[in-house]
Amino acid sequence: MKRARTAVVIFPGSNCDHDVWHVWQRVLGRPVEYVFHTSTSLAGFDAVVLPGGFSYGDYLRSGAIARFSPIMQSVVAFAKAGGPVLGICNGFQVLTEAGLLAGALTRNRTLRFECRDVHIVAEAGGSMSEHSPPGTVLRMPIAHADGRFVADAQTLRRLEGEGLVAFRYCEERGAVTDAANPNGSANGIAGIYNDARNVLGLMPHPERASEEVLGCTDGLAILRGLADLAAKRAA
Amino acid sequence: MNEPKVTLEAALEHGLRPEEYERARASVGRDLTWAELGVFSVMWSEHCSYKSSRVHLSKLPTKGPRVVQGPGENAGVVDIGDGWSVVFKMESHNHPSFIEPYQGAATGVGGILRDVFTMGARPVASLNSLRFGRPDHPRTPALVAGVVAGIGGYGNCIGVPTVGGEVAFHEAFDGNILVNAFTLGLARIDRIFYGRARGTNNPILYVGAKTGRDGIHGATMASAEFDDASDAKRPTVQVGDPFLGKLLLEACLEVMSQDLLEGIQDMGAAGLTSSSVEMAGRGGSGVRLDLDAVPRRATGMTAYEVLLSESQERMVLVARLGSEDAVRAIFRRWGLDAVVIGRVTDTGRFHVTEGGRTVCDLPVAVLTDEAPRYHRPAVRPEGHDALLADDPGREPGTDHGRALLELIGSPDLCSREWVYRQYDQSVRDGTVVGPGSDAAVVRLFTGDSTKAIALAVDCNSRHVELDPRAGGAMAVAEAARNIVCSGAEPLAVTDCLNFGNPERPDVMWQFVEAVEGIAEACRALETPVVSGNVSFYNETNGKAVLPTPTIGMVGLFASLDDRRTQWFPAAGLDIWLLGAATDGCLGGSIWAARATGRTSGPAPRLDLQRELAVQRLCLAAIREKIVLGAHDVSEGGLAVALAECCITGRTPIGARVPELPDSLPAHRSLFGEDPSRIVVSASPEDASALAALARGLGVPITRLGTTGGEELVIGGSIRLPIADLLRAWEKGLVPIVGGP
Repeated sequence: MKRARTAVVIFPGSNCDHDVWHVWQRVLGRPVEYVFHTSTSLAGFDAVVLPGGFSYGDYLRSGAIARFSPIMQSVVAFAKAGGPVLGICNGFQVLTEAGLLAGALTRNRTLRFECRDVHIVAEAGGSMSEHSPPGTVLRMPIAHADGRFVADAQTLRRLEGEGLVAFRYCEERGAVTDAANPNGSANGIAGIYNDARNVLGLMPHPERASEEVLGCTDGLAILRGLADLAAKRAA
Repeated sequence: MNEPKVTLEAALEHGLRPEEYERARASVGRDLTWAELGVFSVMWSEHCSYKSSRVHLSKLPTKGPRVVQGPGENAGVVDIGDGWSVVFKMESHNHPSFIEPYQGAATGVGGILRDVFTMGARPVASLNSLRFGRPDHPRTPALVAGVVAGIGGYGNCIGVPTVGGEVAFHEAFDGNILVNAFTLGLARIDRIFYGRARGTNNPILYVGAKTGRDGIHGATMASAEFDDASDAKRPTVQVGDPFLGKLLLEACLEVMSQDLLEGIQDMGAAGLTSSSVEMAGRGGSGVRLDLDAVPRRATGMTAYEVLLSESQERMVLVARLGSEDAVRAIFRRWGLDAVVIGRVTDTGRFHVTEGGRTVCDLPVAVLTDEAPRYHRPAVRPEGHDALLADDPGREPGTDHGRALLELIGSPDLCSREWVYRQYDQSVRDGTVVGPGSDAAVVRLFTGDSTKAIALAVDCNSRHVELDPRAGGAMAVAEAARNIVCSGAEPLAVTDCLNFGNPERPDVMWQFVEAVEGIAEACRALETPVVSGNVSFYNETNGKAVLPTPTIGMVGLFASLDDRRTQWFPAAGLDIWLLGAATDGCLGGSIWAARATGRTSGPAPRLDLQRELAVQRLCLAAIREKIVLGAHDVSEGGLAVALAECCITGRTPIGARVPELPDSLPAHRSLFGEDPSRIVVSASPEDASALAALARGLGVPITRLGTTGGEELVIGGSIRLPIADLLRAWEKGLVPIVGGP
């Protein structure tokens, strides 16, 4: 049986590429390769991760320049063909800029960079939700200045109505409250799926919460969801 | 071209002394060109030449079995086994950060990151040590906000976690804040690179940002005290571009992974001049530069400006002859240009041309090894005896519970979460213990296996003010104690020595004493100094900062199973004090600062052999899995240490200490800051094992009490709900930085 290959895209300024690679390679033990932003092909890959960081310094809007990278045409094509794509933090921002996910990520309501552990509760069932069924509460860090999810009223209604909200910020036991919302995101949204539920974007960092030695393994629920999906596609 | 005339007046304006100007002219045997005057002014500045400190820095122990590279390079290198090394250094960016806090702090971080990756090391962790003026000074809130945002702005973007640090406030920093940035990187020992220009005719390449007029004379600014007109110095502050820094980092590490370079150096203070002169100095060679080739972002720049610009994110590379194209190709992949701007020579001269005309031709040795060195007078200040005689401990205070609550909620001791939340603490998947414990713990990816290190920065400026020798030694001891509390063995030190004007004998006395104290402690604890930085002239209108020799310490774990944190991990554990109080010293204590507003009295006494024994006991008891949590007793004494053990963990927990461990007056017993003490928690079953270990090492220990409950009870005088302590601690910075 062919083993699934996962691509981790490196934009200029990506800085969580190593962490995703590390978890895939050494924790999950699945094949993973870096793909540079200048590449124009994702041939042979079964899953794609857009990692966190500050692509192009985020000097314009976060993710606004990265979406013009040569590799993004391939990412869009891969996603349209049903391929699973996970965008984490800056990767989520790039996916919204590229139009693969709805809404936008704007400056945190504190106007400051926020790095700390948060809890999120899984809501929509999507293609990567096998290990985090609705109601699952996970703990993992956020690390962003631009994580406040916003969308126009109609889009928000659609996301909510069609069950595309993947994760919301919550209290330790799962209650979604404003106090648990670290950045002012609309409806406490921490992550969303696209319509076809094969593209997931989220602001928290599951790859930083995937080992006992780092204090938490909750992130594996999400990453295993993608890795297993990739394996199914490869089979 | 019309150049200003080089006169004595011009030299004085450049910060040179009359005798230095004469010496510079004599060394070249003719009048200086304008560019040469600029070169002398920066290379002979305190910042670049260490002219006041060199004779004393040589007293520091710098060698040890694990030291691969000591001071004198871009950063120190320490062997951590199996062919791997850690590369680290700490540097100040005090003057620029006071003038422009965000960019000053950001470029401080950028500079230290480049110093580390210049050595071929991948930066994996940063820390910082910050000093601000009194909390209610009108400038303090904006300085805190700007510096913290600036540190985060650079470190977060480039993707290096900030895993720890310290912040303190004192009115002596009203006019001069301190911003000390520490970075550690990981490298294979056989892939270390040095800042050396070697191999005649090898090409010198310039990479990174284009050269602008920013930061001209930054090094000279950092070598003078401030006055009320210092705002006018804003143009000498550089502006950072962390994205470009990230590209440079990746491109340089890629170039260094191949056999293409002879040497590499960051263009830091004094830019192109100091980087190329220092490389020639270390390489025993000369360099010839053609300024016409230097990429610029401003038009009409003179040779003087190009040579002295401190534009950020620039590197100088000495490539092996013939490898230019390979180097260029790698930089191009990262969207960067690399251009040849000169050659290595064997002339021993720093020879610079522009438009075919020589604008600078100076002997390298005169600018480096033969730069002025001063044995400046050092005199203990008058009135120091009176200061020491004013022991604040004579006033016993009344309500100790209230004092503890106020201390734990004071700006100096309260939660730093508002600060470190703005730093990415966990990128790179190595942060095992982040900010908020005695030391940070970071896992390193060494090939297919891993290692782990502990990192801490420490200095108690008030103790140094009272007794610079003991204070310097105690900074080393406390840093090492913090490393040991985390479960690691202290390895080596980087120091960042922040003082006032060295031309003042009292400041020089502080400096000399502190360096000698650091040297004694580093020798006793077997932690050599491998890198460092001196920052003088932290002084405004004749008022110097508290002397602050910040110590950055790195420790190595035998196993990550030994990692411990400072808080009580569970209820039902025994609480022990390793070591014992001697005097209950309150001189220079945070308790006295609160009670009397003064920094006075005798500083605590440090016995290095006792310190070493306490640290050995703690580490041994951790390795035998007896000690489950460990926290050093420092600012605020035993009472604050116990409170911190209760409230700083993820799950706050109470403690009951029925009696004070000694017969000192209660306020001395509770708040005295005698060093060489550690509060630990252990299972009751292990009491006899701990006692046996302690006997073997000759360390007095005392069982203080038990963890658990909703209150902190200490003797008959303190009974506080944990919730009250927690609330005070969490809100301590609100008066400075505002709400959540």
